[in-house]
Amino acid sequence: MQMVNITIDNCKIQVPANYTVLEAARQANIDIPTLCFLKDINEVGACRMCVVEVKGARSLQAACVYPVSEGLEVYTQTPAVREARKVTLELILSNHEKKCLTCVRSENCELQRLAKDLNVKDIRFEGETSNLPIDDLSPSVVRDPNKCVLCRRCVSMCKNIQSVGAIEVTERGFRTTVSTAFNKPLSEVPCVNCGQCINVCPVGALREKDDIEKVWDALANPELHVLVQTAPAVRVALGEEFGMPIGSRVTGKMVSALSRLGFDKVFDTDTAADLTIMEEGTELLNRIKNGGKLPLITSCSPGWIKFCEHNYPEFLDNLSSCKSPQEMFGAVLKSYYAQKNGIDPSKIFVVSIMPCTAKKFESQRPELSSTGYPDVDVVLTTRELARMIKEAGIDFKSLPDKQFDDPMGDASGAGVIFGTTGGVMEAAIRTVSEILSGKSADNIEYNDVRGLEGIKEASVELEGITLKAAVAHGLGNARKLLDKIKAGEADYHFVEIMACPGGCVNGGGQLYSHQW
Amino acid sequence: MQLYRAHVLVCGGTGCTSSNSNKIISELEAQIANSGIQNEVKVVRTGCFGLCAEGPIIVVYPEGSMYTMVKVEDVKEIVEEHLVKGRIVKRLLPGGNVKDENVSAESSDFFAKQHRIALRNCGVINPENIDEYIAFEGYKALGKVLTEMTPQDVVDVIKRSGLRGRGGGGFPTGIKWEFAMKQEADQKYVCCNADEGDPGAFMDRSVLEGDPHSVIEAMAIAGYAIGANQGYVYVRAEYPIAVKRLGIAIQQAKDYGLLGKNIFGTDFSFDLEIRLGAGAFVCGEETALMTSIEGHRGEPRPRPPFPAVKGLWQKPTILNNVETYANIPQIILNGAEWFASIGTEKSKGTKVFAVGGKINNTGLVEIPMGTTLREVIYDIGGGIPNGKKFKAAQTGGLPEDVFLQAILIRRLTMIH
Amino acid sequence: MMGSGGLIVMDEDTCMVDIAKFFLEFTVDESCGKCPPCRIGTKRMYEILERITEGKGEEGDIEKLEILAKNIKAAALCGLGQTAPNPILSTLRYFRDEYIEHVRDKKCSAGVCKSLMHFEIDAEKCKCCGICAKQCPVGAISGEKKVPYVIDQNKCIKCGVCVEKCPFKVISKKA
Repeated sequence: MQMVNITIDNCKIQVPANYTVLEAARQANIDIPTLCFLKDINEVGACRMCVVEVKGARSLQAACVYPVSEGLEVYTQTPAVREARKVTLELILSNHEKKCLTCVRSENCELQRLAKDLNVKDIRFEGETSNLPIDDLSPSVVRDPNKCVLCRRCVSMCKNIQSVGAIEVTERGFRTTVSTAFNKPLSEVPCVNCGQCINVCPVGALREKDDIEKVWDALANPELHVLVQTAPAVRVALGEEFGMPIGSRVTGKMVSALSRLGFDKVFDTDTAADLTIMEEGTELLNRIKNGGKLPLITSCSPGWIKFCEHNYPEFLDNLSSCKSPQEMFGAVLKSYYAQKNGIDPSKIFVVSIMPCTAKKFESQRPELSSTGYPDVDVVLTTRELARMIKEAGIDFKSLPDKQFDDPMGDASGAGVIFGTTGGVMEAAIRTVSEILSGKSADNIEYNDVRGLEGIKEASVELEGITLKAAVAHGLGNARKLLDKIKAGEADYHFVEIMACPGGCVNGGGQLYSHQW
Repeated sequence: MQLYRAHVLVCGGTGCTSSNSNKIISELEAQIANSGIQNEVKVVRTGCFGLCAEGPIIVVYPEGSMYTMVKVEDVKEIVEEHLVKGRIVKRLLPGGNVKDENVSAESSDFFAKQHRIALRNCGVINPENIDEYIAFEGYKALGKVLTEMTPQDVVDVIKRSGLRGRGGGGFPTGIKWEFAMKQEADQKYVCCNADEGDPGAFMDRSVLEGDPHSVIEAMAIAGYAIGANQGYVYVRAEYPIAVKRLGIAIQQAKDYGLLGKNIFGTDFSFDLEIRLGAGAFVCGEETALMTSIEGHRGEPRPRPPFPAVKGLWQKPTILNNVETYANIPQIILNGAEWFASIGTEKSKGTKVFAVGGKINNTGLVEIPMGTTLREVIYDIGGGIPNGKKFKAAQTGGLPEDVFLQAILIRRLTMIH
Repeated sequence: MMGSGGLIVMDEDTCMVDIAKFFLEFTVDESCGKCPPCRIGTKRMYEILERITEGKGEEGDIEKLEILAKNIKAAALCGLGQTAPNPILSTLRYFRDEYIEHVRDKKCSAGVCKSLMHFEIDAEKCKCCGICAKQCPVGAISGEKKVPYVIDQNKCIKCGVCVEKCPFKVISKKA
């Protein structure tokens, strides 16, 4: 990359020519505040918090989108810059519902942090505030427009990355708001509940539907046998909320915490993931052998399923007939487990801890209640579990490790890789291989699909069959992959789709850990 | 070609149309037929004459008599008296001017200090008839550019003329074109900003209503200069007459081979499409306009990159407003020096103003740069009604350049 | 304004604070809503102007307008936002005394701001014809033969019909 020489705050530096002023400043350890900016996702220069003085420019310029050029002179801390940032921030705060004490984002709110960093002590420009209804009809996502700062990250994520486009900026001027088509509730538009909007929201304008109270009630009900299952992606995220290093595996402490919360049994969703893989692998084999509909597409990501229903109904028959692991587990608990332990299934209450907001929607699907009762009663996100643990006053870090309860035997471990992208496919291929040959497949090598970032493919020789498979994570990528299949440009046997970019570990219910 | 002894020009601009000029035209045609002079007198629906306060306006040639505030009931008298008997209808002259009954439109106070370049054909030709535009040197500049000039020549002429953007920014047009010309790209675009929306302004609307071909011709010239084969006119949907006439004009130009493939038998091809705005003022901002043409919510995007580098669909694009374009063919035909001789040291040419508020002659004027506010208000504008005192004038764009003596009375000035 | 050739002439009966409010109302309405300085800033400036023209201006409002105007001009994303404060900046520059008059004296010399003016019937010149009372749309005027008519200022909506209809021109606007 060609380099250019620029000066920031009288500090001469050399940076790649494709850098923005913000990137250059960060390289020089000069901090410029940002709010709307989200690398590669939302680079729109809207919020004006990152304004800087560029020599020769008439007005202040947004560092996040201003390209560097040879000889550029930038000042990031002049009185004019400081004043403009402060006035802009005060204006944003003047129309922000400042119920910080009771806000779910308190203490990890980017706006709150900015107010502190910029030393805002008083809001001089108070006036009319937006007073719009909160949309909480979706089982997964709550929209609170009165906290929205119109940074547009959610819109960019939903529209550009996920290619869902359920939300968009509407109205103009002071009435501008992020809303759905015809201001319908999220539950009535093709929102897929992936929750990626929540993950990118800098404030508390988007949050998961909080179902904690339902779980407290169940735990307090002596008649109920309350079971909990946790998805693989939860245990690697949870520790961070309690001050542990990012990525700490806290399985044992998590199981302990759940027991202390009062759950009768704590299970690992991995157990069901094994079932899913067995089912799915068998189904794949059947379809290949019996000329069934191909490619077989995974069904474990509920955001993807809803996306498929809205956008690609022609692929519905391609979906695996398997329930997702949490639902399969729920069904097993309310049938096999209930019978084995002599418990009336109506007295079994199944809670899932998931990295996912779409699982909340999934658990409410009427078709997922084969026992006559919902397979899963309540889904909590990783964030909600963290809040419950805190509410219960549990000192998470000092908890002893505890093992999962065992509903019916050992999990293979294949399901652990469910949470990462490509995991389902790999597990399914291994299963097919085992069924066909009685031995596990060799290492599977993935190749990037030419020209399509975020899509990988693999082909594996199995007993005379060349099994072709592809993995797409993020719905925008899924769309590209499906369009390719639709156009006849690809002939896969098996396709794994995860709604969230990066898979379940980046699910819409995971902790806010972004360092933008 | 049929010759007529008299022409009756009726204003078909938005102002006069809304005060019934369409009915006046049908009544004129009926009365003329009634008098049996339909082969001697021709009625022409033109664009705006400018004196909107006095509309509907009719001008009868060869005398050049301007009749103002004409009602449908007056038509019979105009036909019987003026067109049949040759007697001017004094009571319909501006301000009931009966002293000098031969006063022609051009010699009135309202027109005397004006210099019409962008508006040269407004109120003169039938904007829905390309032949009339061609008769007034129309498409001659495009022909000259395509057959005698290189793109660099065109850019040089525009640069030397000193023409600056009339949309408010005042950026030198030639330099803008040169930036775009020098970009290497597989596709470039020429856009026209007709999303005029600031309070009281209707300059661009009037040009499109009165002389749409001048804009089409200029955009083709711009396309040749920068190397673009596609243009878009972004016009607000609230301008139905302008949209209609522009649409007719584009179709006529295509029918005549003045738009489309191999114009004038050269290698140059250029096509033009209309894009309707939905009424957002911000879409007059260049990046928002392009975002809107692309089909998105009309919102500005950060610059740089500038449109000349990455504009419409990320391709090099120039955007000029209607009035700027309307000057281009005349500059090509009359030369940069001619244009540069009009106006002031720093601001060349003329500027069209839509004059409104507390002033007698509400309407559209085109004046050389450097005309004082006093002249506009008191000479052209006829002063302030009811003998009231002037307090202030609001204008956008380049006020200092236009009104060198803006301050009429101490501390009285413009908001801009 | 971004505009390019609308020329609006104002005479002595124009209130410059009201004019600034008019243009701000336009920009508030037309702001696209993308950047906060324009989206919220123009609204706040408009609210302050509204306050001032309603006689509710407070000490410090003019300074607030100036701070907002300066920073919106500097920080807004596009030309619309950057020029939105111009009507305020230039009226403040040339007609600051009118602002001060509105804020401090609660007075609008031009007689435009309705909250800051009222209509009065000259009792000495009133011929007691009663036409004004008949024409008043809200029944704010009372009187009888030989008793001069009086406007109830609490009921009056300041429409000005009485001024127009009085055959003896004895009703006038008072700042």
